[in-house]
Amino acid sequence: MKVAVIKYNSGNVQSVLYALERLGAKAELTDDIEKIKSADRVIFPGQGEASSAMRYLKSKNLDQVIKETTQPFLGICLGLQLLCDHSEENNTECLGIFPVKVKKFIPENSQEFKVPQIGWNELEKIMDNPLFRGIKPHPFVYYVHSFYAELSEFTIAQSHYIHDFSAMLHKDNFFAIQAHPEKSGEVGEHLLKNFLNLRN
Amino acid sequence: MLTKRIIPCLDIKDGRTVKGVNFVQLRDAGDPVELAKIYSDEGADELVFLDITATVDKRKTLAELVTKVAKAINIPFTVGGGISTVEDVKVLLGAGADKISINSAAVKNPGVIDEMAAEFGSQCIVVAIDTRDVDGTDYVHTHGGRKPTLLQTQSWAKEVADRGAGEILLTSMDHDGTKAGFANEITAEISSMLTIPVIASGGAGKMHHFEEVFSFGKADAALAASIFHFKEIPVPELKSYLVDRGVSIRF
Repeated sequence: MKVAVIKYNSGNVQSVLYALERLGAKAELTDDIEKIKSADRVIFPGQGEASSAMRYLKSKNLDQVIKETTQPFLGICLGLQLLCDHSEENNTECLGIFPVKVKKFIPENSQEFKVPQIGWNELEKIMDNPLFRGIKPHPFVYYVHSFYAELSEFTIAQSHYIHDFSAMLHKDNFFAIQAHPEKSGEVGEHLLKNFLNLRN
Repeated sequence: MLTKRIIPCLDIKDGRTVKGVNFVQLRDAGDPVELAKIYSDEGADELVFLDITATVDKRKTLAELVTKVAKAINIPFTVGGGISTVEDVKVLLGAGADKISINSAAVKNPGVIDEMAAEFGSQCIVVAIDTRDVDGTDYVHTHGGRKPTLLQTQSWAKEVADRGAGEILLTSMDHDGTKAGFANEITAEISSMLTIPVIASGGAGKMHHFEEVFSFGKADAALAASIFHFKEIPVPELKSYLVDRGVSIRF
């Protein structure tokens, strides 16, 4: 199985590659359009800022390539946000795979809710989806984020911080997770494994 | 609901853990990777590696260790100890660290916090603050708490947050090593004042100390070393104790 991890100006890709390595997948960090097109799985990781990420993707024509993928595709963290319509982070038009808005967490009470949300939070209201096959109840995943995707008909799991938000989204071949599965212990590894094992 | 984090801290010298550890299942007590894996399997939420190596090869040895740890474990970890430049941070994040922590370097040159946050994002910059009570006022200390500075702890905490620190690791040098409980008062004061998470450190001895630092101390995470290494408090027991008492914990 060949996994293309999309290379763009985002941090924290090394741990995604290591996680895939632990699962026995052949992963390559690449911005080569042909390699992305021919991969069995595409992972769109991310940590960084939305508008500069979008600019970079457009400059490399990767925005079109992403929209046209047909193989199972997984957006992680900023990757999830960029797959949505629009982000409040520097008022950025995103890729529009999911007709969903990305908003900034605004704490009503800064003592109770700090921004970014950093740490482990639970996946709730999990829908029937192949990504959750074999996942034990009350899975916790590791978050680091200041922006969140609103709930939508494509939400397959939600989490609660200040209010409910889309923890995971799914539409056609596109899957996305706001948390970092590569840092989410056994649960994260299981989610990634299920993603790799999806039927094309 | 976001959970409170339990963070074991490992001291590293020349790529090996230095404080004695008491895990029967360990084949090599000095191997940080093996120890890290055990903590991760036991349910630790995060790990901190504090490098106390003083040799010139320090940077290379540490980066190699970071790569080994990142390949082996699937929970977040922070690396600290002698990090002072943007280049240091670049090497360690590139090797697979999730966050780095700076201490003395930030006191010496506060602008380095802004530089690091701008370059890598606040989320991976932890500023460690060692504090000590001097005649009723809290002052920042450096060099393992030995060297006092003129910085008042509360105002320094505010400054590092304003400069772009993503988290504060607050160690009370008055409590460190006492096993008499965390410094709940100053932890609460700083946590309430700031919009970034505060990791409390120093003084853990009993399970109820963790409950207290999360409730009275308003800490977002609690760090300890020896009580975990010597199995005085195993991580799974601590977590189930806290869950029973209604603390929001990942289990």
